[in-house]
Amino acid sequence: MIHIENIRKVYRARGRTVTALDDVSLHVAPGEVYGVIGRSGAGKSTLLRSVTMLERPDRGRVVVDGADLSALSERELRAARQRIGMIHQHFGLLSSRDVAGNVAFPLEVTGTPRRERLKRVAELLDLVGLGGLGGAYPAQLSGGQKQRVGIARALAGSPSVLLSDEATSALDPETTGSILALLRRLNRELGLTVLLITHEMDVVKNICDSAAIMHDGRITEAGGVRELLARPGSELARGLFPLPPPSARPGTTVVDVTFTGEAAEESPTRFVAALARTYSIDVDILAGSIEDVAGGRAGRLRIELPGSPADNTAPLAHLRERGLTLEVAA
Amino acid sequence: MNGLDEILVQALRETFQMVWVSALLTAAGGLLLGVLLILTGRGGLLPCLPVNRVLGLVVNVGRSLPFIILMVAILPFTRMVVGTTIGTTAAIVPLTVGAIPFYARLAETSLREVDPAVVSAARAMGASRWQIVRKVLLREAMPGLVAGLTITVITLVGYSAMAGAVGGGGLGDLAIRYGYQRFETDVMIACVVVLVVLVQLVQMLGDLLVRRLSHRQP
Repeated sequence: MIHIENIRKVYRARGRTVTALDDVSLHVAPGEVYGVIGRSGAGKSTLLRSVTMLERPDRGRVVVDGADLSALSERELRAARQRIGMIHQHFGLLSSRDVAGNVAFPLEVTGTPRRERLKRVAELLDLVGLGGLGGAYPAQLSGGQKQRVGIARALAGSPSVLLSDEATSALDPETTGSILALLRRLNRELGLTVLLITHEMDVVKNICDSAAIMHDGRITEAGGVRELLARPGSELARGLFPLPPPSARPGTTVVDVTFTGEAAEESPTRFVAALARTYSIDVDILAGSIEDVAGGRAGRLRIELPGSPADNTAPLAHLRERGLTLEVAA
Repeated sequence: MNGLDEILVQALRETFQMVWVSALLTAAGGLLLGVLLILTGRGGLLPCLPVNRVLGLVVNVGRSLPFIILMVAILPFTRMVVGTTIGTTAAIVPLTVGAIPFYARLAETSLREVDPAVVSAARAMGASRWQIVRKVLLREAMPGLVAGLTITVITLVGYSAMAGAVGGGGLGDLAIRYGYQRFETDVMIACVVVLVVLVQLVQMLGDLLVRRLSHRQP
């Protein structure tokens, strides 16, 4: 649905150059929720703004729903943007217009007749759970309500793609949860493809099917969330299920076990118990967390086995056979 | 006292005429100039620094000239526009020319206050530049634009007092000619009272409008 191919963007200001996007490629499949995660300054915002050419990349191509946006004229580009929804960290609502007026804005831009506009606005407000609030002004709304207005406005043109620029970063955790649930629902019910950028691992954990990690203008990891979790040394796995820094006591082996896919459907404690029974060893659980991610259970567990790693080749091989990803921490 | 009433009403009428015509022209001209300054400026929707610099220079020159000097300096221009250099109509030309740069800066400041995120959101929705100017910049800045216009109108009332120099008449002129030059203190006081009430009314009307237009947090 969205194909970003080898885009590059360099900013020059007062003799300094900053490479915001360094040969970035990204492919978002139709109907999925794709998250790009990274620290501030990693280039995420530039990436998202490049998708609609709000920021024109120096090189590379962006194809959305079959249209190569990088090749369009300004006029054609405006028409293309009208078919892409976007929501923003600070909502971007017009303070001079009430809620209904804000949602109607993109419809006015496309020249939709008034009668049709009113009907569509009412539908959209119901869809995002703001029915009855059409006459309120943004200043009277909570952050969560404002973002719901932003979402309703983004959907006004019935887009197939929704771009989310840190849409929950200005919200408290509870409101974040409700906005993410709304995005998930819209993704499922309308078949909406979502590309979001965030610095919160929780957002990825909650709603993303696929994810990419960005550092200094480059994508360092990308793919399905569950595949990434199963990849040894995955930064995403460490980020989603953080464990404290390992501190192995001498004569022991500390192993970080990542559960995904089928292996995670069985209770992790059962692995530990089976391990202890089969090899007659004491297995300690030092830390761990297990949650539902991308529609299945996943988690990480740090366990401690007696003896050096060399002594534990058999138990470790046993765990690997059962489909678990292992990282020997010490 | 009947005579005083008559000349006061006549002077008030002249002040009104000078101020409202020049205010109307200033609102249009100043707003246009303010929008152009914002559009052509760094990070604007139509960035063009040379044009921006020239406009900025014009505004600054206009702002730095004392009104009385400006009025005399543009006499040839005034004659070209209205065909005369004397009278109330002739005073409207320098009043407008003097107030446009003043209001342009105030308008520019208000337009600059518009949340860039809103402009960016409008661009992302595929709005054209003209749509953004009309539906976003001007609408969002409206309370500030009206507050600026209120200040401008009050400044115009002040400038119009100097219009006596070109035979424009008005309250200021009356105060100088009768009150000061003929030592008729009661005329002077009456003029001042009427001016104070006039300014007060303009300010109140402006504040009321701003409150009506503003939907931001109180």
